[in-house]
Amino acid sequence: MALLSFERKYRVRGGTLIGGDLFDFWVGPFYVGFFGVTTAISAILGTALIFYAASLGPTWNPWLINIAPPDLEYGLALAPLREGGFWQIITICAIVAFTSWALREVEICRKLGMGYHVPFAYGFAIFAYVSLVVIRPLMLGAWGHGFPYGIFSHLDWVSNTGYQYLHFHYNPAHMLAVSFFFMTGGALAFHGALVLSSVNPGKGQEVKSPEYEDAFFRDSIGYSVGTLGIHRLGLLLALSAGFWSAICIIISGPFWTRGWPEWWTWWLNLPIWS
Amino acid sequence: MTRSLTIAAIGGATLTLLAGCDLGPKDSVQTGYRGAGLAQIVDRSRVAEATAIPPAPYPLPPDEGPRASETYQNVQVLGGLSTERFNHLMAEMNQWVAPPEAGCNYCHNPENMASDEKYTKIVARRMIQMTQRINSTWASHVKQTGVTCYTCHRGKPVPDFKWALADGTPNPRSIRGNRRGQNAPDPNVGYASLPSDPFAAYFAGKANIRVASDNALPSADHVVSIKDAEKSYGLMMHVSSALGVNCTYCHNSQSFRAWNLSRGQRATAYYGIRMVRQSNDEYISPLQSVFPANRKGPHGDPYKVNCTTCHQGLSKPLGGVSMIDQAPVLRGPLVTPAATEAGPAGSGAVLDALANPGAMTGKNEPAPTPARQ
Repeated sequence: MALLSFERKYRVRGGTLIGGDLFDFWVGPFYVGFFGVTTAISAILGTALIFYAASLGPTWNPWLINIAPPDLEYGLALAPLREGGFWQIITICAIVAFTSWALREVEICRKLGMGYHVPFAYGFAIFAYVSLVVIRPLMLGAWGHGFPYGIFSHLDWVSNTGYQYLHFHYNPAHMLAVSFFFMTGGALAFHGALVLSSVNPGKGQEVKSPEYEDAFFRDSIGYSVGTLGIHRLGLLLALSAGFWSAICIIISGPFWTRGWPEWWTWWLNLPIWS
Repeated sequence: MTRSLTIAAIGGATLTLLAGCDLGPKDSVQTGYRGAGLAQIVDRSRVAEATAIPPAPYPLPPDEGPRASETYQNVQVLGGLSTERFNHLMAEMNQWVAPPEAGCNYCHNPENMASDEKYTKIVARRMIQMTQRINSTWASHVKQTGVTCYTCHRGKPVPDFKWALADGTPNPRSIRGNRRGQNAPDPNVGYASLPSDPFAAYFAGKANIRVASDNALPSADHVVSIKDAEKSYGLMMHVSSALGVNCTYCHNSQSFRAWNLSRGQRATAYYGIRMVRQSNDEYISPLQSVFPANRKGPHGDPYKVNCTTCHQGLSKPLGGVSMIDQAPVLRGPLVTPAATEAGPAGSGAVLDALANPGAMTGKNEPAPTPARQ
């Protein structure tokens, strides 16, 4: 809920994972905590390194700035700063920042006695990022398999990495991820439209209760997932999208090296009909 | 009970999916600037093994002594070769092409070796001319490695990998069962649903791949259907499968069209497509009346060559081993350097073409910028 000027913000002490009372304070509306400090340090350091590495590059065009990982020949070793070393340090900063942010969310959950659903969900985004720049490069044996930091350059990486498997739309996990992304968007649109339709009933009429929302979907498709259920469904769909995105790139290379269309020959070769 | 069934089902499904996977150790080779996703990743156990090179039947004799035309009758192509060398080549063809049980008699009438009565002899003569043409004018594709009969034949009278016009649908005017030449998991196109006969369009005749426009916006000057684009994609799937490489072996997908973003291998492949086309159009297809029915496809056209005929899963056929020194006459007549500059002949032609890509595509494109490999 938004914090308005006349609203009192109640601040709950405790719940920290590390640091006890030392960082248990607020700056303005923001809770700090030990992990707020590590988030700030790693995020500022990483961003500063991005700007510094960009300043060594050939362009300040924001679309074209490119901070690339090392050549494959460096394997899993450290590379010279200007030949991928910056990418390696920025990657470490990013992972520390993202993980710290998730743990800061955990501390806030503990303060408030809530479940850990928000940091759990955010963890899937971190997992997807770590899959791209750590897990898959580790499995293939070179940091150079990570994606570069740059707007156009990371899109080139996505495109070329897809074409390493000739036709990426045949990647089964990519199929699942794309389907879940579509379903997430669809579910959110239905949910938003349904809520707005019940609170905008037309001039002179009363705002409708959730029973009306349930009745709408029971009338139209025979079933309503319910007011709580739609949020469980939404979380499941969204996390599945991120999860299968991560899986689809982890399996590309470490578990499959040829064209993805060819992977489906296991189906053609099933003993039932082959 | 339900729970253990669920676990068994999930485990079974996971095993089924993983069973189709490459689980062995991988090798990676970078093919472009770092971090651009330009790499070949291969499973070591999946790399196609180069066929063993057969030893020479006996040491190559010197090109001295009487000519084959003086010793034998009806030697139309190799008459200028010494008889010793001619015999050596015949022994090699015996080893490279003829089935062991037939030997010389596969092409020759043992009662009259000069006779052209067997169709195989007529075909063999034309194939020697084709080999000489490839080696003498297509250094842009075969470099100085060259090709011999063995590059395609591998000890068999008919190469393993070949193509003929596809059978087509039985009722072309019906929508029932008519796949319109696509939507089947065809190995020709890497098991994708792409149009599955790219060969008729690109490996015979003159069709060019001109899919990407040089304008950002649609233009009446450049109208290409999606199916045309997919047809060229199908051809590229064939090239990838034939060479055991992925798209980034030649292309940077930022622009498949731009020569200045492509590797030199793309120019080699460009000439390869034209070399295959010439071999099919000028050497194999004209033999249609010579070949018996069992050497022709369902439409009565002879079996022709494509990339797999020679490459067989390797970016360099036979692992890049040159056999041409075992049969120097297959190099064909020497082509003077002046002639190579005019056409796609000399080994320098690839570099010349890359320096001026517009000459290949007929469109203005900048010369390549040297990129760190």
